[in-house]
Amino acid sequence: MITKSLMPSLGRAGFIFLAVLAVVGIAVPTSNLFTSTDSFMHVPDYAVTLGGKYLCYALLALSVDLVWGYCGILSLGHGAFFALGGYAMGMYMMRQIGARGVYGNAELPDFMVFLNWKVLPWYWHGFEYFPFAVLMIVLAPGILAFVFGWFAFRSRVTGVYLSIITQAMTYALLLAFFRNDMGFGGNNGLTDFKDILGFSVQAAGTRATLFMLSALALALCFIVARAIVNSKFGKIIIGIRDAESRTRFLGYRVEHYKLFIFVISAIMAGVAGALYVPQVGIINPSEFAPSNSIEAVIWTAFGGRGTLWGAALGAIVINAVKSYLTGALPNAWLFVLGGLAVVVTIYMPKGLAGFFAGWSRLPTKSKLPSSLAEAAE
Amino acid sequence: MTAETLLYLEGVSVSFDGFKALNNLNLDVGTNEMRAIIGPNGAGKTTMMDVITGKTKPDEGRVSFRENALTSMDEVAIAEIGIGRKFQKPTVFESHTVWDNLELAMKAKRSTFASLHWKLTAGQRDTIQNTLERISLVPSSQNFAGNLSHGQKQWLEIGMLLMQEPELLLVDEPVAGMTDAETEKTAALLRDIAKTSAVVVVEHDMDFIRALDVRVTVLHEGSVLAEGRLDAVQNNQRVIDVYLGR
Amino acid sequence: MGVFRYLLAVICLWLSVSTSLAQDVSMLVDGLAIGSFKEREAAITALVSSGSPAVVPVLQALSDGALFVRKSDHKVFIATASGDIFKLADPLNNVDAGQAAKADVEKIKVNNSLREMISNAMSGLTLFSKDVKVRKDAALAVLKSGDASALPALEKAIPAESDPAVADIMRVAAAAATLKSNRSDEAKKAAIDTLSKQTNRDTSSLLTSYAAGVSDPLKSEALAAAQKIETALSTWTAVQNIWFGLSLASVLLLAAIGLAITFGVMGVINMAHGEMVMLGAYTTYVVEQLFQTYFPSAANYALVASIPSAFIVSGLMGIAIERSVIRFLYGRPLETLLATWGVSLILQQAVRSIFGPTNKSVTTPSWMSGSIDFSNGLSFTLNRIAILIFALAIFAGLMLLIRRTSLGLQMRAVTQNRPMANAMGIRSSRVDALTFGLGSGVAGLAGVALSQIDNVSPNLGQSYIIDSFLVVVFGGVGNLWGTLAGALTLGIANKFLEPFAGAVLAKIFILVAVILFIQKKPRGLFALKGRWVDA
Repeated sequence: MITKSLMPSLGRAGFIFLAVLAVVGIAVPTSNLFTSTDSFMHVPDYAVTLGGKYLCYALLALSVDLVWGYCGILSLGHGAFFALGGYAMGMYMMRQIGARGVYGNAELPDFMVFLNWKVLPWYWHGFEYFPFAVLMIVLAPGILAFVFGWFAFRSRVTGVYLSIITQAMTYALLLAFFRNDMGFGGNNGLTDFKDILGFSVQAAGTRATLFMLSALALALCFIVARAIVNSKFGKIIIGIRDAESRTRFLGYRVEHYKLFIFVISAIMAGVAGALYVPQVGIINPSEFAPSNSIEAVIWTAFGGRGTLWGAALGAIVINAVKSYLTGALPNAWLFVLGGLAVVVTIYMPKGLAGFFAGWSRLPTKSKLPSSLAEAAE
Repeated sequence: MTAETLLYLEGVSVSFDGFKALNNLNLDVGTNEMRAIIGPNGAGKTTMMDVITGKTKPDEGRVSFRENALTSMDEVAIAEIGIGRKFQKPTVFESHTVWDNLELAMKAKRSTFASLHWKLTAGQRDTIQNTLERISLVPSSQNFAGNLSHGQKQWLEIGMLLMQEPELLLVDEPVAGMTDAETEKTAALLRDIAKTSAVVVVEHDMDFIRALDVRVTVLHEGSVLAEGRLDAVQNNQRVIDVYLGR
Repeated sequence: MGVFRYLLAVICLWLSVSTSLAQDVSMLVDGLAIGSFKEREAAITALVSSGSPAVVPVLQALSDGALFVRKSDHKVFIATASGDIFKLADPLNNVDAGQAAKADVEKIKVNNSLREMISNAMSGLTLFSKDVKVRKDAALAVLKSGDASALPALEKAIPAESDPAVADIMRVAAAAATLKSNRSDEAKKAAIDTLSKQTNRDTSSLLTSYAAGVSDPLKSEALAAAQKIETALSTWTAVQNIWFGLSLASVLLLAAIGLAITFGVMGVINMAHGEMVMLGAYTTYVVEQLFQTYFPSAANYALVASIPSAFIVSGLMGIAIERSVIRFLYGRPLETLLATWGVSLILQQAVRSIFGPTNKSVTTPSWMSGSIDFSNGLSFTLNRIAILIFALAIFAGLMLLIRRTSLGLQMRAVTQNRPMANAMGIRSSRVDALTFGLGSGVAGLAGVALSQIDNVSPNLGQSYIIDSFLVVVFGGVGNLWGTLAGALTLGIANKFLEPFAGAVLAKIFILVAVILFIQKKPRGLFALKGRWVDA
């Protein structure tokens, strides 16, 4: 019943995407936990963790697509929202370590003891409670996006100017989080996590659950994003992407629309980061590096922007290739990624999704790339 | 002038880097009046539109619409009080269907949250259908606007203006690039619109202006050179000088 | 016992004046091992009064705790431990004197007051060294300590000093020592006067602390002098900051100016701009290697040869990128951004594959090393000066090129109205390629300069790309003067913030400030006004 009513807003491709996601989200953890290690059906532990990581990247790409593919906002700073969500989760898990740290200090995380800090900084308070941490996972990226977007969109910073300042934003955060004085572990970031909600982060069960949750988060965000872009709101942000001043002269407050979608997207990126951190076991300032954000944009472009599922697919494919290449041919990876960025933008403006255009809801819009470009000017 | 004044410009000046785009411009347009604005390139026609719609702030002068001072309002607020604008270059949402273009333009609550759970009522469907008929785009209703011909895009944009139900329509070069038949049809459409709202048309095409059969204002170097019926204006010596050169 | 040893020391002192030095000094050295700290003090005074530079290492060793006495014969040695065995050396001439077991020797103890005494005394001794640098250091040491006991030595040393700069320092040191001595108020007044002309923090704090211990009129004189110095100092600090700022600005200008052409004039977002800089730096490295291999005699001028080389290498690479990637993406700035980012990754990895991931160093030619120093602590390094001049020269050259040459004219024509330029017979695609090549070539020139102050590594370009974009956007796109103003503003603002905020925070402040500024004036400092910018 529910699937029936969702169908029109999801589109056929979207429905298939969700179905595959559901199968993977259930099958992979099940196989990992309940089949014997020598069974050919068995998914090894490392693959579960790796897959969970890809799902988080897919959610990040989806969030990028939501603003870029639909609203023409090319954010080169989405990695910052991802990292903030990750730090919020990391802070919770840091507090969970308690007295089990190297220095055995029940109150202060190891790096603070090491820096000779005596009291917990005020902004660390509350992170011992999971619900508070969840709130911060949503609020930290959301508020940053709100404040940044409020300034930027109100003063009509658009196109590459916006891209440049989003990049400057994440760069400034990168520099800031590198500082020990910030109280986020400086260079090393937050790591050595022990458990989450009482479950050991190393345990196979926890990892399988995190995988499942990542799939669930991706699915939910996909459904929400689909609902948004298929509403009148979605049509308006597409209008902003293609002809911003037309939208404005029709009486729409363009900056409010942009701000709304930007904040939603930032929160999704933050959730992705929060799920990512327990699976990889570390969060450090390098997640703020501008190149990370651009990479996420490349995933989106490769998968095909303006489809949401394409972006997610792009993230998973590229990261699978990355995992393979960095092991097999470490020198080749950057050539491949760089080459991909060039080839996709010149020859595949619709990305992977373009290949499936026949049976997706993506219409054949011959004018799409040029109108996108117009909006960016 | 029989009707009361709707749009009123007094002593409006705008300059860009020393270039005076508008120079002490005065203009008034009555309710339900249709006015044609003509003038050579660079006379300030588009800048005048920009000033009225809030895109450009004048350096000095008064611009009002009924009792509203437009100079202190932005584009969105001006659109909300009932001024619609068609751009010189047809600007429609190319990756939306013709229907969606009209739906987006339809007079309704413009807030973000209202747009998230928006449903068309039967009455609103009829309104869109009516407009489609008026702009002769019924068969193209589900086509992407990007795939329309140039003339059709012009009509769609006029249709979008109609959906806004404005009191004043500013129409910039509506027949540029149209065939004669299309031009005639556009003239008829605009005359029809002028029955219910005020229309300001900027155009170069004299035959079109003649077909509109309305009062004409001639702009030159940012101010009004002449105003009156087309025949009178065409016989004005200053207008002839400007158009034909000294 | 104690009295006897003290007497012995005094006798030795007397002897040292009259008889064969080396032997007596060696006796005095052995005297260091005897008795309490008090007596050691006397022994040190005696050693110092010998005036022999040979005692310097002895005192140094004593101060460092490396001076040991052999228990069997009470002879003193400089000992270095290796396990339980000590290697002994004669303290005066450092001649090897065999070994001793740990148990056979005993360290000669010093306390802090002795250490201070030694360090003061040593400066007195080294005032007469043959080495100018040692004399200078000695004078500076006295200046720092203001030790009155060094006064007689200084007064002897000043007339003998051959280097006028060192003599100046000695005079100031003498003035500082005078304040702590028991000389007449007149002499002290003169000393304050001398000191007040020395614009540095040390003299100012010396005067302030002196003022705290005396009464008027000397007190107020000293305070006034200190105040005068502080005022002058803050001026000099500002000058120094401006210089650091200018220096940073020149680097920013170099990095950004090529971008001002490609982004500012052509509107192309070239994320591989930093890699053009990086290629320029690697070209400099390669040229230097070639010179060292084939023309070692001219290696000092390799840097000069690398200027045109880098321009050509980066310029050709720029043209290649424009022809193969960018020309398909005109009018699509966001796509251009992504594609050129891809290019930047490829270039980085290519360079990493060819040259390896480690940093390469480019030597600074002798004519560019060193610095211009001022007595008040101001210092301008020559390579920074050269880079500033180089940056300004490139700026001026580009200005001329754009304003005065036919390529410049065509560039401006194409950017302002492409169809019209085409109609007039300008081959706009050729102009595009050349313009992009020019911007990239200039980036290569920046690489030559940056190779002098930064590590030449595949990541070199990345560290400049964001700054470069901010400079161009801040200054106002499409305006070279704006880029100059942007670089100057950001560079100097950064250096003025650094003392208060530290380098990283200053940088963050600047980033945030620029982000806010762009909100306020999206078109930069020198925005082109008019309705066409909104097109």
